[in-house]
Amino acid sequence: MHELGITEAILDIVLRHAGGARVRTVQVTVGEWTGYAGDSIELFWQELARGTAAEGARLEFRFEPATLKCRSCGTVFGANGSDLQCPQCSALGGEPAGGRDCTVDAIEVEGGDAA
Amino acid sequence: MSTRVPVVERVLSANDAVAAEVRAQLDGRGIFCVNLMASPGAGKTSLIERTVEALKGEIAIGMINGDTSAAAFDAERSQRAGAVSVHVNTGGKCHLEAAMVRDALSLLPLDEIRLLLIENVGNLVCPMSWKLGAHVNVLIGSTPEGDDKPYKYPKMYAGVDVVVLNKIDLLPYVGFDCERFLRGVEALNPGLRHFRVSCRTGEGLEEWIAWLKQQIGARR
Repeated sequence: MHELGITEAILDIVLRHAGGARVRTVQVTVGEWTGYAGDSIELFWQELARGTAAEGARLEFRFEPATLKCRSCGTVFGANGSDLQCPQCSALGGEPAGGRDCTVDAIEVEGGDAA
Repeated sequence: MSTRVPVVERVLSANDAVAAEVRAQLDGRGIFCVNLMASPGAGKTSLIERTVEALKGEIAIGMINGDTSAAAFDAERSQRAGAVSVHVNTGGKCHLEAAMVRDALSLLPLDEIRLLLIENVGNLVCPMSWKLGAHVNVLIGSTPEGDDKPYKYPKMYAGVDVVVLNKIDLLPYVGFDCERFLRGVEALNPGLRHFRVSCRTGEGLEEWIAWLKQQIGARR
């Protein structure tokens, strides 16, 4: 249930930036290192957003794969389900690279002059 | 009509700000704080009991025990061993959050304690996401869990400062390959400090205790 706390945090950010306007969509990037499941966030979202300006808002997810950066040759490779070995030079492991964060990128609110 | 509002905010930035508050409070009082993470059954509470017993009469210890329910078994065990403990019911959440630690701090005699042990909720996925303000993140692994854990939970092993491998007394029975385990740890976290212990027999614990004392001493 780690998405509960995450969804609470997403809602806090969304409501703060919406400034009271009704929220239509929320764009969220979820890095694979975080281990958050989009459908779990959706589930909590429906509950938590009820009765707020974000009730009924659609969540749009962008998933970013977990990657490691090889310490020997700098190749960036997938960290998931692998033996943690660089496919280029076979060195073991690396620095965690892409997919570490979860961010709220943008929201779309009702009103204003954009279409 | 609708308007796009750019946000670009890390979801956990509010938590991180509270963690920084917690850290400042601990630093102001010279308290050394350890966040203990592990899967259920790896030996978090056993390591705490051993640690409290070893430091009893020498260093006053505060404890925050996180659990997903109101059952305060771990807090009771820590208290019996001689620590002042606050049980935190996370209400089903599988990790502690910085605000829970901040609230628990107000219930501890901070002027007296020099070491604060935080027992996080047992799992190898989400506790790593939430900064708590601790000075070190310690991961307790245990031999019956298998030597593949660094490969299966790379985020956890990449993010910790210390690994304690517990239950080494079971090595002859569980087919745990220490070399494979440490190769995985090293791949993600080169030069990581690690201890091999048995909370049951006491083997290896003196090194862990000596390291802790050194860290505590460096705070004041």
